[in-house]
Amino acid sequence: MAVNEGLAHLSDHLVDGAMAVYAVAMLGYAAEFAFNRIGRTADAAAAAPRAESAAKTALREPALVGAAAGQASAAAGNVSAAAPAVTSAAAGKAAGGSGSAGDAGEAQPARALLIGRIAVVLTVLGWGLHVGSLVTRGLAAHRVPWGNMYEFSSMICLIAISAFLLLLTRYPVRWLGVFLVFPALVYLGFARTVLYVPAGPLVPALNSYWLKIHVVAAILSSGIFLVSAVTTVLFLVKDRWEHRLAEVAAGRAPVSAAMRNRGGIVMKLPASASLDTLTYRLIAFGFPIWTFAVIAGAIWAEAAWGRYWGWDPKETWSFITWVCYAAYLHARATAGWRGYKAAAVSLVAFSALFVDYYLVNLVISGLHSYAGV
Amino acid sequence: MTPPPTTSVPTARAANEPGSDEPTPVVGAGTDQIVAHPDEFSLPEAAAAPASGAKPSATAAADAASGGAARDGGRGQFDRLLDPPRRAWRVLTSMRTALILLFLLAVAAIPGSLFPQRTINPLKVQEYYAAHPTWAPILNRLGGFHVFGAPWFAAIYLLLFISLIGCLWSRVRWHLRALVGRPPAAPSRPGRLAGGSSWASTLAPDEAVVAAGKVLRSRRFRVAVAPPGATRAGGDPDHSVAAEKGYLRETGNLIFHIALVVVLLGVGLGSWFGYQGTVLVIQGNGYSNTLISYDQFSAGTLVDTAKLRPFSLDLDDFKATYEANGQPKDFVATVAYAEDLDAPTKHAEIRVNHPLSIGGSKIYLLGHGYAPHFVLRDKSGKTVWESYVPCTPRDGMFTSTCTVKIPDTGLPPVGPLRSPQQLAFTGFFTPTTIVDPVQGPVSVYPAAVAPGLFLTGWLGNLHVNEGIPQNIYSLDTQDLKQFGTDGPSGKALPAQRLALNDPKNRTMTGLPGGMSLEVDGLREFATFETKSDPYKNLVLYAAIAIIVGLVTSLRVRRRRVWVRARPAAGTGSTVEIGGLSRSDAEGFAAELTALTARVRAATEPPGPPPVATPSPPAQSPPAQSPPAQSPPAQSPAATATTEDATEASGQAEPSAEPDDQNNPSSTRREP
Ligand code: HEM
Repeated sequence: MAVNEGLAHLSDHLVDGAMAVYAVAMLGYAAEFAFNRIGRTADAAAAAPRAESAAKTALREPALVGAAAGQASAAAGNVSAAAPAVTSAAAGKAAGGSGSAGDAGEAQPARALLIGRIAVVLTVLGWGLHVGSLVTRGLAAHRVPWGNMYEFSSMICLIAISAFLLLLTRYPVRWLGVFLVFPALVYLGFARTVLYVPAGPLVPALNSYWLKIHVVAAILSSGIFLVSAVTTVLFLVKDRWEHRLAEVAAGRAPVSAAMRNRGGIVMKLPASASLDTLTYRLIAFGFPIWTFAVIAGAIWAEAAWGRYWGWDPKETWSFITWVCYAAYLHARATAGWRGYKAAAVSLVAFSALFVDYYLVNLVISGLHSYAGV
Repeated sequence: MTPPPTTSVPTARAANEPGSDEPTPVVGAGTDQIVAHPDEFSLPEAAAAPASGAKPSATAAADAASGGAARDGGRGQFDRLLDPPRRAWRVLTSMRTALILLFLLAVAAIPGSLFPQRTINPLKVQEYYAAHPTWAPILNRLGGFHVFGAPWFAAIYLLLFISLIGCLWSRVRWHLRALVGRPPAAPSRPGRLAGGSSWASTLAPDEAVVAAGKVLRSRRFRVAVAPPGATRAGGDPDHSVAAEKGYLRETGNLIFHIALVVVLLGVGLGSWFGYQGTVLVIQGNGYSNTLISYDQFSAGTLVDTAKLRPFSLDLDDFKATYEANGQPKDFVATVAYAEDLDAPTKHAEIRVNHPLSIGGSKIYLLGHGYAPHFVLRDKSGKTVWESYVPCTPRDGMFTSTCTVKIPDTGLPPVGPLRSPQQLAFTGFFTPTTIVDPVQGPVSVYPAAVAPGLFLTGWLGNLHVNEGIPQNIYSLDTQDLKQFGTDGPSGKALPAQRLALNDPKNRTMTGLPGGMSLEVDGLREFATFETKSDPYKNLVLYAAIAIIVGLVTSLRVRRRRVWVRARPAAGTGSTVEIGGLSRSDAEGFAAELTALTARVRAATEPPGPPPVATPSPPAQSPPAQSPPAQSPPAQSPAATATTEDATEASGQAEPSAEPDDQNNPSSTRREP
C-alpha cells in the first residue's frame, strides 16, 4: 500500500509542534526552580547554620520517610517505582518544610507554583501532539510506528515523558520535569534532524509480530532506563551536595559560592537516598523488560535468520547493556558498592545502551541495519 | 545516602545487637539473615570473628601451631593442605568476584563488535587484512577476529559460571533449609529496629505473643511462636514471635541464576550437536539433506554427518514482490518435500521469518537471485551444452555478476601441451535494464521486467578437474584470452548486450569454432539454509525461566517481623514489634505500620484505645481489610522510637553480617 503523504506530513508537523510545546514546558519547569530560589534569597550569613540543619535532615531523611510513609501512602507501598520520591516529598511536607532543608519554613512562592502547573499542562499538551505524531505516522505507512531509528527515538522519548506524567498523577515529582524534558527534547531533536527518514513500509525481515513484541519491549525498557539515568545523575549531584553540607556542618569547609548560587536548585531535589532508591526501582522495573526484549529478539532472529544468537554488533551491545544492568543490580546488593559506585555502574550501563541504539546503527552496522537508519 | 562504611564488620556488629544492653547471640543469628548481603562469602575475615566461631581453616591453623593435630585426629594437616584452594574457592564464589567477572565479560565483548568477525563475515576480515597488514596478524593471534570463540573470552565466562555454580550450591542449600525451617528467632529488643515500637498490654506475655502470632499468620506470614516455657540464653522466659514472608524472592532469584546456567549449557550442547548447511536451488531443482548436496556445511564436533536425517526438498516456484521503489515486500518459495527417504511428498511455502520445520531441522529462506539459461550451439546449430547458471546479486536492484564455465566445448586441444580449449563467459545481469549514458546498462528495478545480460567471452584453459577446488562464481583469467563476438551490439566486439525477452537480440555468434551462445530463458533461484540445533528448545525454556525468575525475584519482597513480650511491673506485659526488609525499606515501613496497628489492637485491652479508630475485636483481626485502612501509627510510642530506630536502621541497611549464613558453609564443609 502506498504511503499516505498527507498523513506523513501531518505527523512531521505534529512532532515539531510537540517539541516546541515541550520546550516551553521545560522553560516553565526551569522557571519554577528559579523562582523558588529567588524567593529564598539565600544570604551568606544564614547559610552555615542552615547547612548544618540540612545535613542533619539529610541524615535523618530515612526516618522521616519511614514515618511519613505510613501516613502519606500506605497504599503506595511497594508497587510503584515512585514510592521513594513520594514518601520523601511527603516527608518534606509533613515535617513543615524541613524536608526541603534550605528554605526551612518558607512556602513555595505562588508565582512559581503557577508556572509549574502551567508547565505540566504544556507537557500534557506536548504529549498529546507527540502521540498524534506517532499515530499519524503509523497510519500513513500502514504499520506500527516503530520501524526505524527515527521512530524508535521518538517512541523512547514518548515512553520517558509518559513515565513522568504517570508518576506525576500520583506523586509530587514535578521537580523531575526539567531534568527529564530536557534530555527528551535533545533526543527528539536529534531524531528529527539526523535520524529522520520519510515514512515508508518495512523491509520483509522486520515484518513479523515478533518485531512488534521485541521492539515494544526494547523501547519500553529504554525509556525507563533513560529516566533512571536522569535520576542517577541527580543522585550524584545531590550526594555530592550532601557531603559538602556535612563538611560544612562539621566545620571542616566553608560555604562556597557555588553552594550559595546553586543551592536552591539542589536543595529542591529529594534526598540522595531517595534518588538512589528511585533509580534502583526504575532499573529493577526496566531490567526484566530489557531481558525480555533480548530474548524476544533472539526468538525473532531464530525465525528470520535461523540462529537465535550470532554476536552481530547489535546483539553484542544488547548483551553488554544487559550484563551492565545485571552488574548494577549486583552492585546494589554488594556491600560497599551501593550509592556512588552503583550510580557509576548505572551510567556505564546507560552508555552501553546508547552505543547499542546509536553508534551500532550509525557507525558499526550488521544484519540489523534497517533500511538505512 | 551517606557512603556505606567500607568495613562491614563493625557496623554489622552494631546492627546485630540493636539492644546492646545485653549480649544476645540469638539476635545476631536472627537479624542478619535478612539484612545479610549475599556478599557474605566474600568476607571470610568477618566470618572468622571470634564470637561466631572460627572458620575451620583458622581452627586448623591454630591447632597445627599448638601441636593440636593429634587432638584433631590428624585432620589439621589435611585441612591446612586444603586451605589455599578453599580460600580461592571462597573468593571465586563471592559476589564481588561475580561483579568483576560480569564487567570483564561486558568489556571482553566489545572488540567482537568493533573488529570484523570471521563467523559473521569472513570477507570483511579479508578486507581488514588488506587495509591493516601489520595489525591484522597480531589481532588474529589475539583472537580479535573470533572474539566469541577466543580462549580468553571463554575463560571469563567459564569462571563466571563456575563462580555462579559455586554460589548457587550454597544458596540452594540455605534456601531449602529456610523453606523447611522456622523463621529466625526474635532479637532481644525488636522495638528498637527501624520503625519498631512498643506499648503496654493487659494480656499476659504468653497470651500477647499468641495473639500477635495470629495476626501475623492471618497476614500470610510464616510464624513461629516460642513455645510456653521456652527460655532465652540468659535463662529468662522467652515470649516471642518470629514471622517471615516473601520466600518466593529467593526462589525466583535461584531459578533465574540456575536458568542462566542452563542457557549456557544449551548453547554449548547445541554447538556440539547442531549443524547447518546452505544450498542454492534453482527453480525446478531440489536437494537432499546429505553432506555433499550442500554448498557450505558446518557441524558440531559430535555430529555424525553420515547419519543426517535424509529429507529432500524441491523448489517448485519462487516469487518475490517489491514496492514501487524497489524495496522488497515479500519472498515466497513454494516447495515440495519429503521428510524421509520413502515419506510422502508434502507441499509448503517458505518465506523470510517463516521457515519450514522437518524433524528437528528448520529450513530458512536466506536469499534469492536470477539464473539465466545459456545454450551453446555448434556451427550446425546442434546444442553442445546448456544450463541455468545462477548469477550473484550485487545490489538491491539485483544487478548480478555472472560467470559461465564450459569445460566441454567439443573444440580440439591445442599446442604442444595439448591444453584444452575451454570457454568461459563473464558479465553482469540486470533484471530491469536501462542503458545509462555514463554507466552503461544498469538495473532500475529488482523484478525481471526487461532482463538483460552484458557478456564477454574467454577461451583457453579453465584448469577445472585438476584437483584444485575453484570458486564457481569467479574466473581466473590467467590462461584465458578474451575473444570478440558478433551480436546485437555489433560485430567483433569484446562484449555484447543481450536482451533475454527478445529472441532476435539474445544470441552471440562468431564464437571460436563458429559456435553461438543464446540466453533464452530465466529462472529464479533461492538459497536455503538447513539448521539443526537439537537443544534450541532447552534454551528457550530456560529463557522463559529467566524471565519468570527475574520478575519474581525483583517484585517479591522478603521481610521479617518479630514481636516480643515481657512481663510488665504490675499485670499485663510490654509488647514490642519490629521488623526488617532487605529490599524495600519504604514500602516495608508502611506495611510494618499497618501490622503494628493490628497487633496492637489484638494485644491491647478492649478498653479505650489511644488511637481514635474503631479497633477490631481483639482476637480476630480482619485479615481481609487492606492495610491502608488500618489506623496509622500515630501513637507516641511509635514516634518516639523512630529516632532511635533510625540509628539502627541506618547501619542495619548496609550491614552484611554473615555469621549465621556463612558458618554453615564453612563449618559444615565435610573434609
Ligand atoms: C552469569 C552471570 C550473572 C548474572 C547475569 C546475574 C544477574 C543477576 C541479577 C539480574 C540479579 C538481580 C535479581 C535480584 O536482585 O533479585 C542478581 C542477583 C543476585 N545474584 Fe547474580 N548474576 C550472575 C552471577 C552471579 C554469581 C556468580 C553470583 C554469586 C556470587 C550471584 C549472586 C547473586 C545474588 C546473591 C543475588 C541476589 C541479590 C539480591 O537479592 O539483591 N550472581 N543476579
